[in-house]
Amino acid sequence: MVGPERTESGGNSLLEVDDLTVSYGRHVALSGVTLTVRQNEIFGIIGPANAGKTTFLQAVNRMDQFNDAIKVDGAVRFMGRDVARWRNTFALRRQIGVVFPLPVGLPLSVYENVAFAPRLRGVSKKADLDVLVERYLRRAALWEEVKDRLDTLGSMLSGGQQQRLTIARALSQDPVLLMLDEFSIAVDPVTTMKIEDVLRELRSELTILLVTNLVQQARRLADRTAFFLDGSLVEVGVTEDLFTGRARHRETVDYIEGRFG
Amino acid sequence: MFQASALNDRNARIQRRWRLLFLVMTLLLILPVAIILGLLVHHGAPVISWSFLFEFPRQGMTAGGIFPALLGTIFLVSLALVFSVPLGIAAAIYLSEYARDNWLTRAINLAIINLAGVPSIVHALFGVGAFVLFFRFGTSILAASLTLGIMALPVVIVSTRESLQAVPRAFREACWALGATRWQTIRKVVLPNSVSGILTGVILEVSRTAGETAPIMFTGAAFFLPFLPESVYDQTMALSLHLFVLSTQVPGVPEGVPYGVALVLIAIVLSMNALSIGFRMVLRGRKRW
Repeated sequence: MVGPERTESGGNSLLEVDDLTVSYGRHVALSGVTLTVRQNEIFGIIGPANAGKTTFLQAVNRMDQFNDAIKVDGAVRFMGRDVARWRNTFALRRQIGVVFPLPVGLPLSVYENVAFAPRLRGVSKKADLDVLVERYLRRAALWEEVKDRLDTLGSMLSGGQQQRLTIARALSQDPVLLMLDEFSIAVDPVTTMKIEDVLRELRSELTILLVTNLVQQARRLADRTAFFLDGSLVEVGVTEDLFTGRARHRETVDYIEGRFG
Repeated sequence: MFQASALNDRNARIQRRWRLLFLVMTLLLILPVAIILGLLVHHGAPVISWSFLFEFPRQGMTAGGIFPALLGTIFLVSLALVFSVPLGIAAAIYLSEYARDNWLTRAINLAIINLAGVPSIVHALFGVGAFVLFFRFGTSILAASLTLGIMALPVVIVSTRESLQAVPRAFREACWALGATRWQTIRKVVLPNSVSGILTGVILEVSRTAGETAPIMFTGAAFFLPFLPESVYDQTMALSLHLFVLSTQVPGVPEGVPYGVALVLIAIVLSMNALSIGFRMVLRGRKRW
């Protein structure tokens, strides 16, 4: 195994994407995307439906492996190594936590949902697991609400609690990168704010890739933001610049100001 | 004030007529089942007793019990399960969880569908050629169970695969995203949530296998044996063949006896079905999504 390499693009880049093209059969979902995500930043991705945002995330953690119809070209370097060259892609995915748009609670108890990833990496003592489960549930701002019913099914929680449960579960992987795919779609505004606070705190420990359908959410959270449109990257910039009229492309301005979406 | 138009009334009338037609058809479906069961119980029940179940046939099978046939059916079915269940479940897991969608997978699927469509008498001839003659098992419990097992294989594969596919793909994706391997995903998420369906399929297979006659006729089931089999290389009697023999081949059998045998056979099948329904209800109660 080769450790993370230093590269010329800033020394502290975590993810370098170079000319990434993804197609499903004849349909090109993403074409020629090149961008860099730095360590410990919140990197926002905005864009209308079918812009290729979700596809982009799937290419990063190699979920294309589970779908024969997907074809990926170009390079995605994570921790300095091309993800296509990780022979053990399961080890790759352990470094990357994912939160889906609709909360997918595994059909297990609250406790077992969060203990799942630690068990996968070999933690088996009940006492150790107890500590970890509490730690990650606290970090996802869920502990106080569920500490008395850790044995109930994850799917019995409310939608907002379930989404925080999946965040706790993603954190329980102890990931280097956390990818959130429109996490607030099925979540009430109060919970959305709670989760946004959680993400701000997490920035000191890990890197966050935040795909969002809410332009203002990107503005609130992201250090830098990329705008995707029709499978292409229109532009990447410091979030504040994009939102204060310094976007370089007209489409970006139009989208941010809600003229189309 | 709302008033139904003439057209509304007409549509409602027509819809009632169609509903009546479908109801009648459905009731017709129950009729044969009720008649068969009624006849069997009416003629067969008086014959059934402990001695009928646990004694050997006597006087050229015109008297005595059906013990060797009953035991033989249990042997044959259990051994057939031992062969077909592990193989069938393993194949279903491969096809559902691992196989890519390519020409090989499609060919295998086609083979399974065709295997399910092969008539049982053809399976019997295959059993004779492969197990009795080529592998030299002779006409034996082993050869007969293997033949039954192969016949049951597509049923196990298809029912298992359907139970696996019923587990939502989102669970698998969430699990993979956590860094679980395919096998960890199968063991911890997919199998625990499909086990009820798999068991149901297996139990239905038992009920189907127990009644088969043709595949065992040439491969291991005997017309009459005065003793119980001692190993899997011996022949055995079996309920289904015994029923055929008593009904058509032996003169002087009292009228109630074939009905009694049929009743025992159908009781085994129906109790297996009941068991599978029970399983499904218990496990569905624990379903987790």
